Amino acid sequence: MDLPSWITQEMIDIAIKVVQTIVILLGLVISAAWMIWLERRLLALWQDRYGPNRVGPFGLGQVIADMLKIFFKEDWTPPFADKAMFWIAPAIAMAMMMLGFLVIPLTDTIWVGDLNIGLLFFLAIAGLAVYAVILGGWASNSKYALLGGVRSTAQTISYEVFMGISLMGVVMLAGSFNLREIVHDQQATWFGFIPQWNVFAQFLAFLVWVPAALAVTHRTPFDLPEAEQELVQGYHTEYSSMKFGMFMVSEYVGIVMVSALTTTLFFGGWDVPFVENEGWFLSFLSFTGKTFFFMCAYILVRAALPRPRYDQIMAAGWKVCLPISLVNLLGTAAVILWTAPGATA
Amino acid sequence: MNLHEIAFYFFGFIAVVSTILVIVNPNPVHGLMYLVVSLLAVASVFFSLGAPFAAMLEVIVYAGAIMVLFVFVVMMLNLGETVVKQEQAWLKPGTWIGPGILCAALLFPILQLLLDGHQTPAGVKEVDAKAVGVALYGPYLLAVELASMMLTAGLVAAYHLGKHD
Repeated sequence: MDLPSWITQEMIDIAIKVVQTIVILLGLVISAAWMIWLERRLLALWQDRYGPNRVGPFGLGQVIADMLKIFFKEDWTPPFADKAMFWIAPAIAMAMMMLGFLVIPLTDTIWVGDLNIGLLFFLAIAGLAVYAVILGGWASNSKYALLGGVRSTAQTISYEVFMGISLMGVVMLAGSFNLREIVHDQQATWFGFIPQWNVFAQFLAFLVWVPAALAVTHRTPFDLPEAEQELVQGYHTEYSSMKFGMFMVSEYVGIVMVSALTTTLFFGGWDVPFVENEGWFLSFLSFTGKTFFFMCAYILVRAALPRPRYDQIMAAGWKVCLPISLVNLLGTAAVILWTAPGATA
Repeated sequence: MNLHEIAFYFFGFIAVVSTILVIVNPNPVHGLMYLVVSLLAVASVFFSLGAPFAAMLEVIVYAGAIMVLFVFVVMMLNLGETVVKQEQAWLKPGTWIGPGILCAALLFPILQLLLDGHQTPAGVKEVDAKAVGVALYGPYLLAVELASMMLTAGLVAAYHLGKHD
């Protein structure tokens, strides 16, 4: 087939990339929406109930029914709210969580953005995502929402500090902020049978990363910003209809994103142990399988752990996690300097 | 104009406009949001100049951490009518004279730099994280040490303020 002369190879490449990006982000949002069903079914399983099993096979249609319902509910803005901020907050929540997924490579060839500053980009996005909760809480002009916003701000700022520090160990090992290179760095094995994943080499960092990741997505046991018993619904008390829906879906997008990041940073990304040149299909299966495992682990954490007091959360962050991550940073740097060729030069 | 220059002027324009809106906006939280927009625009300017590492640090440190603390404090101050009136009384036209003169004095070095002719086109060379690290721990080591000492002083002060008697 002859193409018209004005279509260059570059344009075809860009078109392919755009389609790929749309497919990946759509897949992200759809899997996040279906995670609501997954969470309800799994919680039910662990609590000896059935969960939603009426709509469609296994209750899979429940999400569609819920979405239809939430679309047609009255979209009400309270008269005492600050309108502009009230409307922009859910949009920020959704946009930031989706942007965060941008830098994660699904396989060696399937990715949206291959940024040299990939991990920094994620940290920046995680920092900006706080504004959704702050603005939602403040603009609602209601004391429960404000308290939720304040709690969330303090919690996220505290936990982002050592989240960044703990990830720097991973960056040092790979010598790059680029997530693809971080995955490439984990391909080999030690002694021929232990995969060289960062979860072994950076175990302390992984210990610190898990609570930080939970805190960033405001999941139980770190869901103090929306603790029902104390704050009604926290920062989204005043939200209804699709604005609330965006807050809710953004939380699940956040879970998918953070699970994918856990896979990429600590569990070898698309790597299949003991297999050379996996090919894109096996890599994709490996990546999605690991990510799915961590998504289920998130739900298990919610099912298993109660919510601690607020001061306990802050104390655990500053007095336990921060020192661990600093020790890990110093130790990793020392080991790298010790083993680097030509370190004395 | 190439793509870098268009991006530079575009985001520079956004930065200037949003910074002006920070000053003239009567609502402090809205003003701070404009400041966040301004910082993001400045980060984009850094990007267009070929400094992605500086751009990301700008977003992480300023937009993501410092501004969040600002908003955190400001949104707890529900000041009400009397304070707004009091602040309007402070901002008489006469109060602008002093800051105006100081800013005009600062304008001279900037204009001189602009008109001097030492211009390099934007985005020629990318300064990545490694280059920044090499520069910080090479020629600028003293500045890094001084900054760390200042941060230690801040840490000690914060510890003292937070100490239980």
